[in-house]
Amino acid sequence: MLKINNLHASIGDKAILKGINLEVKPGEVHAIMGPNGSGKSTLASVIAGKEEYEVTEGSILLENEDIEELAAEERAHKGVFLSFQYPVEIPGVSVTNFIKTAINATRKAKGLDDMPAKDMLKMIRDKSELLEIDRKFLSRSLNEGFSGGEKKRNEIFQMAMLEPKLAILDETDSGLDIDALRIVSNGVNKLKSKDNAVIVITHYQRLLDYIVPDFVHVLLNGKIVKSGGKELAHELEAKGYDWIKEEVNA
Amino acid sequence: MSKYTEDDLREELKTKEYEYGFFTDIKSETFPIGLNEDIVKAISKKKDEPQWMTDWRLEAFKAWKEMTEPEWANVHYKKPDFQSIAYYSAPVAIDPNKTLDDVDPDLLAMYKKLGISVDEQKKMNNVAMDIVVDSVSVATTFKKTLAEKGIIFMSISEAIKEHPELVKKYIGTIVPIKDNFYAALNSAVFSDGSFCYIPKGVKCPMELSTYFRINQGGTGQFERTLLVADEGSYVSYLEGCTAPSRDENQLHAAVVELIALDDAEIKYSTVQNWYPGNSEGKGGVYNFVTKRGLCEKNAKISWTQVETGSAVTWKYPSCILKGDNSVGEFYSIAVTNNYQQADTGTKMIHLGKNTKSTIISKGVSAGKSQNSYRGLVQIGPRADNARNFSQCDSLLMGNDCGAHTFPYIEAKNKTAKIEHEATTSKIGEDQIFYCNQRGIDTEKAIALIVNGFSKEVLNKLPMEFAVEARKLLEISLEGSVG
Repeated sequence: MLKINNLHASIGDKAILKGINLEVKPGEVHAIMGPNGSGKSTLASVIAGKEEYEVTEGSILLENEDIEELAAEERAHKGVFLSFQYPVEIPGVSVTNFIKTAINATRKAKGLDDMPAKDMLKMIRDKSELLEIDRKFLSRSLNEGFSGGEKKRNEIFQMAMLEPKLAILDETDSGLDIDALRIVSNGVNKLKSKDNAVIVITHYQRLLDYIVPDFVHVLLNGKIVKSGGKELAHELEAKGYDWIKEEVNA
Repeated sequence: MSKYTEDDLREELKTKEYEYGFFTDIKSETFPIGLNEDIVKAISKKKDEPQWMTDWRLEAFKAWKEMTEPEWANVHYKKPDFQSIAYYSAPVAIDPNKTLDDVDPDLLAMYKKLGISVDEQKKMNNVAMDIVVDSVSVATTFKKTLAEKGIIFMSISEAIKEHPELVKKYIGTIVPIKDNFYAALNSAVFSDGSFCYIPKGVKCPMELSTYFRINQGGTGQFERTLLVADEGSYVSYLEGCTAPSRDENQLHAAVVELIALDDAEIKYSTVQNWYPGNSEGKGGVYNFVTKRGLCEKNAKISWTQVETGSAVTWKYPSCILKGDNSVGEFYSIAVTNNYQQADTGTKMIHLGKNTKSTIISKGVSAGKSQNSYRGLVQIGPRADNARNFSQCDSLLMGNDCGAHTFPYIEAKNKTAKIEHEATTSKIGEDQIFYCNQRGIDTEKAIALIVNGFSKEVLNKLPMEFAVEARKLLEISLEGSVG
């Protein structure tokens, strides 16, 4: 599904990613952990195609196609989804209107007509039930005045609607109380299938109790320095990151 | 495939010419350029006007000669040379008894190009059209249906002849001939426009709509609109404009007067899309408009405007809330791009008791444009319990444009409640990236964000107009990403 080879990326003159290698297969869940400033969110943004980052070396392959030259919206059309750590507000644009626009933009890129209103409505109904979303919520302006939990739930709702091949969840657990965490995680688990893949970016092991990863990678100073199974997350929770830093420096 | 960057987008859109920029070659009868008493008389004669109208025009002309152009607006432009403009131009051979079939096929083709074919309008929109091409009405529809209700909807030239008592009673009462420089000029030389009268207690069954259009090169356009809603009546009036592209600047100085008698309601909606000039700021229409309405007891006037066109705009649709319990509303979206300049807003003059006004103004600036809101809320000494709520929001795109707000508040009654809110925001890279990540390209993302920003105003427009307005917003902002 996703193959990242020796990826280097920088913003301005500052190198942030310094040789990332990662392979994600369909049906897998990968967790990327690491201390603040290690490059986790940058990795997510670079995969999604944020323009301010410059890829200086290496490649990103999605289903064996190099997507490095594609614009962010083209990557989205190919099934890349990023759940934002800080979702932006768009005043006056309802959640429904926004997701409708997004779905139809993707359909248009694939040469399809707009989704019939009836189908759209059914899909919205199904997915909002899945995520325990109150229908009233859907008519509110996108993220405007949303609580932290509502914002994240809205991200996962969009993910459910867009049915991506590769979903990257950037710090989805930040700002969530335990109930919201459960609902969001349940949503993600229900959306998981053998055909799609999830990359979970998180500081804490807590989220990984709910969304159980097949692989855990530790990102440090722009490089993946250690990979393992889910038990690695527990180890990090217990011991912190210092021992890995020492291991790397040794 | 290489990345399609903002620069590419901007580059590509530079070559996109004004969508409605074409010129239809209709034989016109145009007066010699320049303005003097003889020209004013000639215009009046040409239109076969009664003596009182000629005198009224001459009085206005006399006043105008003594006046100077206002300079307080936050706009900069080369002042028009009023002696190098032709003040009258009409498509030739207009016979009022003609049917649509007899109308110049070129003219009909032009309507079609604009998407306002009269036939189509007749069939599909249930909208009565009084189309003004240059200065003379050439086609009026739905007159019969309206006549059954006693509604008068015709060109003002016709009304001067057919309903002189009504025109004489109301014209110039809301915008006096000496009101301002452009109003005086308009009063002297107005070519045509619309007249509308809704009798007592009648709810006008359809939206009344007029399309204005400047066609002849170098011809000033001076529309005059007079709309009277008698006691307890209701009317919704739509005004939409497109103009062909021109290199020299064209002057447009309209006057609109609304009168809402006791318990009457007038909704006046405008979509203004005059030629804004090209991407270097060359050409474009000067739009200096005076629009004002008077509310008697319990009456309501609601102005809604979507302003995307013109090189320079100077426009303040206002309400005089004379009657007790009367209500004035102003909902506006003004979009400026490239080198456009807009100085627009409203005046709410509270004279009666318990009068209420609402001002919602949304300004969107892009390119190197300047967008100003200028508004006056005035509470007179007798206006007990007057209330006003104003909200002025500005949205900026890029770093070269400007948004300005000039609110004036004058309260002479201690019971007045006045609220003013203002915000300024910028379309952020983050918002654009968020949309991009969901598969929405940058141009569409901007349209989405701007539509969201303008929602409160767009929602006030009648349905067909709202659709057109959304499209206009998109067209106006293409290539404006910052």
